[in-house]
Amino acid sequence: MTDDATPLERFLRGIIPENPVYRQLLGLCPTLAVTNNMKAAMTMSGAVLFVLLGANLVVSLIRGLLKPHLRILVFTLTIATFVTIADRFLAAFMYPMSKELGPYVPLIIVNCIIICRCEVCASRQSPAVAIADASGQSLGFALALASIATVREILGSGTWWGIRILPAGWDNWVIMVLPAGAFLTMGLLLGIANWLGTIRSETKGY
Amino acid sequence: MNNAPGKENTPLAQAPTLSVGPSPHMVSRDLSTRRMMADVIIALLPVIVVSFYIFRWFAIYHLLLAVITCVSVEALSMRLLRRPPTIQDGSAVVTGLIFALSLPGTAPWYVNLIGAAAGIFLGKVVFGGLGQNIFNPAMVGRAFVMIAFPAAMGASGYVSQSTGVDILTSATPLTALKQMGQGTSLMHLLMGDTNGSLGETSALACLVGGFYLCARGTASWRIPAGVLLAVTIISSAAYLIHPTPHWTPLHHLSAGALLLGAFFIATDPVTSPVTRKGRWTFGIGIGTLVMLIRYLSGYPEGVMFSVLLMNSAAPLVDRLTVPLPLGGSPGKRKP
Repeated sequence: MTDDATPLERFLRGIIPENPVYRQLLGLCPTLAVTNNMKAAMTMSGAVLFVLLGANLVVSLIRGLLKPHLRILVFTLTIATFVTIADRFLAAFMYPMSKELGPYVPLIIVNCIIICRCEVCASRQSPAVAIADASGQSLGFALALASIATVREILGSGTWWGIRILPAGWDNWVIMVLPAGAFLTMGLLLGIANWLGTIRSETKGY
Repeated sequence: MNNAPGKENTPLAQAPTLSVGPSPHMVSRDLSTRRMMADVIIALLPVIVVSFYIFRWFAIYHLLLAVITCVSVEALSMRLLRRPPTIQDGSAVVTGLIFALSLPGTAPWYVNLIGAAAGIFLGKVVFGGLGQNIFNPAMVGRAFVMIAFPAAMGASGYVSQSTGVDILTSATPLTALKQMGQGTSLMHLLMGDTNGSLGETSALACLVGGFYLCARGTASWRIPAGVLLAVTIISSAAYLIHPTPHWTPLHHLSAGALLLGAFFIATDPVTSPVTRKGRWTFGIGIGTLVMLIRYLSGYPEGVMFSVLLMNSAAPLVDRLTVPLPLGGSPGKRKP
């Protein structure tokens, strides 16, 4: 990663070429745990977007004050602050969703996407670059969650975003709602992503 | 064997390199994968005939659908992966047959289709094809539909030969035992005139086919022997502690998918250990797990889960039971 990438380049990089889930394989715990329906997956993505933006901005602003041996501690404290805000916000305004996501919202604290972005980008770059990076990575994360949740919700419940799209005679694939379905979907989509990547690099000739 | 010319002067390079490919291993020219699979199909004939007799059109339709699905999914995946076609070795046909025989007759068509496709694709192709898979493909397919469609996988009816009605709905012998404490007569279990999955009802048919497989050497006799030994010991111990006249150890041996699993499913050469001790361990492990699941879990029968669990342990079992080469262990030389 070159350090002189423009904010726009950093934003675009996070979406597909350095997608946090499909390319970096980070943040797999929420990816597997909350993708059995679109609403939960998108709420999780929203929470991650908020936390990542906040943490990247604050870390970028205080980057001159960071001591190398204490930086991870400072990152974690910063992230925990924003996670607590997000968690309490969900509990106050979206109570059923907060119940459904359960411990996975507090667990954003240890989501390695956010620590990774603080370490790789925000602690070395200006706030504008850090914000662009955070938005790109969050968007990439949201896209990955949406792709997995789409497959799992349609096959497992016959609905998408709670709206019935398959005929009533559809026999739900219960396995897709269960954790086993998360691993299967994730593995197969990852395989497809790598396969498409291989084809692209073959046709480009490098 | 790879004896590279031009490196004769270094003593290490002279030693031939033997690379061991994935199983099933070719012991001789007569024992090809194709012949092994043909043997399995011949051995399955009694089971298939009994299932035709008991389940009639259900059996024909499920067997055809599963075999066609398995073969086409395998052909299609090999095309997409740009690999040489592998359907002529017959392993997809065997997977389809065993998968269909493990389904209840009343399962809807899509359960069969999805399970057969999932078995071949998730159980075999994603690992790299025949010889590379960790789990028995037919059991992967069955586990997939068992968890995906638990309601459709209960065996709810069969075409009874002893009564005049078209379809008789009743619990399978093991479900009746689990839920109501009812026994089933040994004669029914032996001949297969009970409810259950297509291929599991008749103990006699499984035994006939199983003995053929072991006599031909296609399946290792040690695996079924281990399974039956463990089941006999555990069920006899339980019977001695708490005698139940309507369900003896013999009932345990002949009911459910135990014999079908012991002879046809556990003996899959790809997913079972290759050493002699390892095969005994593998069989005894399956038998023990089956009895644990029958006695202690909510499921009436546990052959599928036991085989899958022991499949995952097979590489470890192989590593722990490497036979001692002639002349002592090379690993124990003093440095």
